[in-house]
Amino acid sequence: MPRFSRAERWVHWTVAILVVALIVSGACLYFPFLSGVVGNRNVFKWLHTAAGFLLPLPIVLALMSAAFRADLGRLNRFTPQDWVWFRRSRRSDVEPAVGKFNAGQKLAAAVTAGALIVLFGTGLVMYFGGVFDDGLQTGATFVHDWVSLAVSVLLGFHIAKGLADVDALRGMTGGDVPAAWAQTHHARWAAEMSADGGDGPAQELVLRSSDERDRPPGTDAP
Amino acid sequence: MGRRVVLGLVGLGVVGVALGDRLASLTAGVTSSVAPAVNQILPAAGGFRIYTVTNGYPEKSIADYRLVVQDRDRRVTLSYEDIQQMPQTTFTKDFQCVTGWRVEDATWSGVLLADLLAEVGVDLAGRPLRFTSFDGVYTESLTADQALLPGVLVATHLSNEPLSREMGGPVRLVVAPMYGYKSIKWLDGIQVTSEVVPGYWEERGYAVDAWVGKSNGRNDEPVT
Repeated sequence: MPRFSRAERWVHWTVAILVVALIVSGACLYFPFLSGVVGNRNVFKWLHTAAGFLLPLPIVLALMSAAFRADLGRLNRFTPQDWVWFRRSRRSDVEPAVGKFNAGQKLAAAVTAGALIVLFGTGLVMYFGGVFDDGLQTGATFVHDWVSLAVSVLLGFHIAKGLADVDALRGMTGGDVPAAWAQTHHARWAAEMSADGGDGPAQELVLRSSDERDRPPGTDAP
Repeated sequence: MGRRVVLGLVGLGVVGVALGDRLASLTAGVTSSVAPAVNQILPAAGGFRIYTVTNGYPEKSIADYRLVVQDRDRRVTLSYEDIQQMPQTTFTKDFQCVTGWRVEDATWSGVLLADLLAEVGVDLAGRPLRFTSFDGVYTESLTADQALLPGVLVATHLSNEPLSREMGGPVRLVVAPMYGYKSIKWLDGIQVTSEVVPGYWEERGYAVDAWVGKSNGRNDEPVT
């Protein structure tokens, strides 16, 4: 069952490489024990700023992809069912029937997007330091530090989740996931896909009907 | 909904940048009273950020350490022991970096540069000093008036502990009234020069007279 398009996988892995480069170079600049071991501050500073400035590029390019935009629409739309997902019993074997993304994925995506924007903005303030007021520079450094630590923890969970579920990982490597996996973890999406025989019409609906974003579950299948 | 989360975070980020100045010193105050060790691992909690310009930190044991003081043809070589025998001074001052972070109340111990020069019999007579580091790259300078100030220390200890390698040990300079880059780490040479020779960071655009709050286009509060 096709889950992520070529363009989506391309943007995911490009962003992944840049973010890992940012975290590694940032850590080398930031943690006293690491700075000491690796030295070469100028090299890491160059790497960190270069990767930082490049980061928006793949994301902006990806907006040309209809599949990417459709998934952004899906991630943006929280349904009442998502609140059920958050409140569900952790021990229960039965997963609530969710669409292409579950509520945790939606929240993580939104938090990551917000955090990346904040990191990019504060990074700019730090890079063009002299232009800004001293207080703003200190403030930007403060926010950049804590947000990057938080994002690194979130990314750790993201990677652990991906490695723990090989079928989910396949969606982002080869693009396809087993139908059984989709039925277990994203039942509503699986149903939607088999009803359609494809992703297309459902996405178009999501994109165009912004007024229907918060409609109740059960009514969004075409 | 997802969009609201994104915008909410961006809003929080903006508020954080606007208030971060105060939040940063609040965080530093809380961690230093609750869990001071955190500062050493997480600079965001108010600790020192370590900048090196070479491969890793240079290393020199206390036994191998030498400080060469040179005034024209006269050279005096001091061991760590020699420096410890000189009159000792301890002071507690904020350490302000030109990039904006400040470590509050750092307690440094060592010999005042003025005392060290007197001990080895160097009379500056208005001549400036050039400092070198055993990392082989880092250099610094001070005018005679600056060198003799009571906030200028040839430091061997921080918080009553011998200076660690990353903090510039065994011996570093501390120029408390100036931005951190003047406080050269891994000090191994002091030379009297005929005029001020701009140091490593000064060749890269930073002010030679690096008074906190009055140079480098910054207006930080004076160190206390």
